Amino acid sequence: MSTTTVEELAEVTAPEPFWTRQRRLGLALILLGVVGAVLFGSLAPSKDARFTLTEDAAGAALSINGQFGAVLFGVLTLVAGGALIAGVAKRWSNALLAAGIVTFVLSFLCWQVAGQFMALEDTLGGTMDLALPLILGALAGVLGERSGVVNVAIEGQFLMGAFAGALVGTMAGSVWAGLISAAVGGVIIAAILAVLSIRYLVDQTVVGIVLNLFALGITGFLYERLMQPDAAGYNTPPQMPSWRIPGLADIPVLGPVFFDATLLLWVALILVVVIHFALNRTRWGLRTRAVGEHPTAADTVGIRVRGLRYLNVLLGGVVAGLGGAYFTLVATGSFTKNMTAGAGFIALAALIFGRYTPIGAFGAALFFGFAQKLSFYLSAIGSPVPNQFLSMLPYLATIIAVAGLVGRVRAPAADGLPYVKN
Amino acid sequence: MANNHIDITVEPGEVHALLGENGAGKSTLMNQLYGLLQPDEGEIVVNDEPKVFRSPRDAIAAGIGMVHQHFMLVPVFTVAENIALGAEETRGGPLGWLDRRRARRDVLETSKRFGLPVDPDALIEDLPVGAQQRVEIVKALTRDVDLLILDEPTAVLTPQETDELLAVMRSLTEMGKSIVFITHKLKEVKKIADRITVIRRGQVVGTATPDTSEDELAALMVGRAVSLEVDKSPAEPGSVVLQVAGLVVDDDRGVRAVDGVDLEVRAGEVLGIAGVQGNGQTELVEAVMGLREVRAGKVELDSEDLAGKSTKRILRAGVGYVPEDRSHDGVVKEFTVAENLILDLYDREPFGNAFRLDRAKIDGNAKHRVEQFDIRCQSPESTAGSLSGGNQQKVVIAREMSRPLRLFIASQPTRGVDVGSIEFIHRRIIRERDQGTAVLVVSSELDEVVGLADRIAVMYRGRILAIVSPDTPREEIGLLMAGITGAPAEEEGTK
Repeated sequence: MSTTTVEELAEVTAPEPFWTRQRRLGLALILLGVVGAVLFGSLAPSKDARFTLTEDAAGAALSINGQFGAVLFGVLTLVAGGALIAGVAKRWSNALLAAGIVTFVLSFLCWQVAGQFMALEDTLGGTMDLALPLILGALAGVLGERSGVVNVAIEGQFLMGAFAGALVGTMAGSVWAGLISAAVGGVIIAAILAVLSIRYLVDQTVVGIVLNLFALGITGFLYERLMQPDAAGYNTPPQMPSWRIPGLADIPVLGPVFFDATLLLWVALILVVVIHFALNRTRWGLRTRAVGEHPTAADTVGIRVRGLRYLNVLLGGVVAGLGGAYFTLVATGSFTKNMTAGAGFIALAALIFGRYTPIGAFGAALFFGFAQKLSFYLSAIGSPVPNQFLSMLPYLATIIAVAGLVGRVRAPAADGLPYVKN
Repeated sequence: MANNHIDITVEPGEVHALLGENGAGKSTLMNQLYGLLQPDEGEIVVNDEPKVFRSPRDAIAAGIGMVHQHFMLVPVFTVAENIALGAEETRGGPLGWLDRRRARRDVLETSKRFGLPVDPDALIEDLPVGAQQRVEIVKALTRDVDLLILDEPTAVLTPQETDELLAVMRSLTEMGKSIVFITHKLKEVKKIADRITVIRRGQVVGTATPDTSEDELAALMVGRAVSLEVDKSPAEPGSVVLQVAGLVVDDDRGVRAVDGVDLEVRAGEVLGIAGVQGNGQTELVEAVMGLREVRAGKVELDSEDLAGKSTKRILRAGVGYVPEDRSHDGVVKEFTVAENLILDLYDREPFGNAFRLDRAKIDGNAKHRVEQFDIRCQSPESTAGSLSGGNQQKVVIAREMSRPLRLFIASQPTRGVDVGSIEFIHRRIIRERDQGTAVLVVSSELDEVVGLADRIAVMYRGRILAIVSPDTPREEIGLLMAGITGAPAEEEGTK
């Protein structure tokens, strides 16, 4: 009866430091809010900023005086930041952070769009277009990294996929042959990555970088020697058709974006859902996560660690290769040297920003896609912000997102570590 | 060669102890039995049938289960997920959904049948080590094993948890299961084993029964007579050298690990810190050494403030430090013994200056230390990684004791060290004390703390629960290690 356990004794003594992560983010939002309300507000002309549904500039969904809007949304950002500093329950902090960022973007838009209009359909469509390869690339990363293999070769897989899709698509005269070849192109890079990092234990980051350079070199070489001299024979792949679903396609804004779209968009969206559930709810998923977290534990219960890693990296190659197909079979209609221009690295950032989860990676890819779309839009309407700065926007957003917003992302514990018995 | 023609037989329903020092080849032997390693020669016979185990999958199929010294549990998974892993039930074929309800039910059933309480929904990383070990045992039992291998299962347990584990082992054998109990702890072997096989340098050197005396077992294990007691005269404590007050330190995850610790160590005494691993001892020592941020409180060496000082300044103020993770923090494995011996003084005369190293002086120093500290190596030019654990530790101790010290801190000084080296290291620590140095020893081996310390501080969940004399009964210290303070109750039932 006289025994007591320590838990029943006094509680923690030392105080929490005042500048928690939440408060630091709050402070950042307040600074952004000031920029929005004061700077954007004073720069914005006092004209209406109109956000319309479609390109024809009719039927504004929202019309607001640019100056008033910039100040209003800037103040809202301030309020969100203030709430974070004042201290709110933890479950609200992410929502407030998101609200703060959205209102800041709106404040910026009110300044930019004042006197002009922004079509939501075009914005959403462009965002989805630009995000599409990022979604597939990040999913490829999820497959590899959750099983413990770091994949920085997404860029190389994109390039090989784009190249193979264009070449075979043109030669076979079939977009589907192109699509399959693109997947094969991704798998080739994935197979080299897998063998070198799983079998020969080479540093995975180094292998990834080398593979990116390899893909850039070989596709660039073949492009110059093969495709450029005879573009009609090798570099005019048929384009993936858009499938219009009657009825659904008439829904405003969403209809044209999602229901008058290529198969690839649907593949990407379905893969997000499928991989999410498969990772969390199936035997394959449980084993994949176990192998990524604690391969020795998996081995001792009879799971073939290396075999599973091979499988996942190769599956990732298929997905990333399809992402590469987007560039030649959907977006542009021909292959050019280094046409992916770092999209693979942004996909990698989306993977980390999305905390190595399919849903998170999807959200992050949309965010980066939007940043890119915004830079195109702003230069199209002749924004006073210098063009160079606008083309920086997606990368800037990437850096801020990965460095500042996510905090410490916990990667799978055995990510990047080859599995060697004893 | 880790194993050389070993023969071992385990009968149904017996606890067969495999006794041997660290590095004697016990784990290697058992990893072959569990399919993790393949033998070059010899065979494994299960129930009169010769078997070949290419992977743990085969061993599990033959009814063999193993609880590894380092738990094979995925920290971010739940108990049920860990137990199901590798033998998952699914609905709708191998690609179907996991049957989570069935996984939970299986866990609860096994847990109830064998009297091993586990919560199927808890995350492994939230569980104390004792509970994690139960999960490991349940994991093996759900796979219907006849033979359970326990590799150093008591290394991480409090004395009470150890007793509980021994009781569980007893009841398992009563149900007809056989157990191989790998350990180097003589007391436990005598308590539980039906038969004992002693292994030294990869060979069976003898078999024994539980009534063999501890001294005989130790001699068999080491190959010569050893003294298990630490010889020492009463301490003559002088003035306070290290004073720690109100110390607060966070661990790597930012969770409070040391939560207001006060202690002082006097010149010429050994203060031992006892406690189950993971109760803040590591963080406490690292904070004193300037390796970890001091959140609050003070750390003073002869009234000089150490908090916030760099580790280099602290070492040069006259502190010697033996880190707990020898191979990561104690030696640079790729460096030679000679280089490892001057890691602290490489930029100082006589060994070197800002621009160069004096090889001749470094080699001379190494020869001298190797002799003085009985470091067994081919030459001072051998890499530290090629030495045995005990000799690596002697390199660390030789280096740290080669400076004039006011305070000597040793964390787990004999972990993974052979018995011969343990004797030597203990004698050295006591000699340092007798020269008037204040000594702080942290160890999760209660025997070691009791043997070395003049006063024992018991640490639990980041606090010092009590400071007791080494004459205090083991049971009392054990209860403190489990966080139970006050007068121990008469009937200390564990249920």
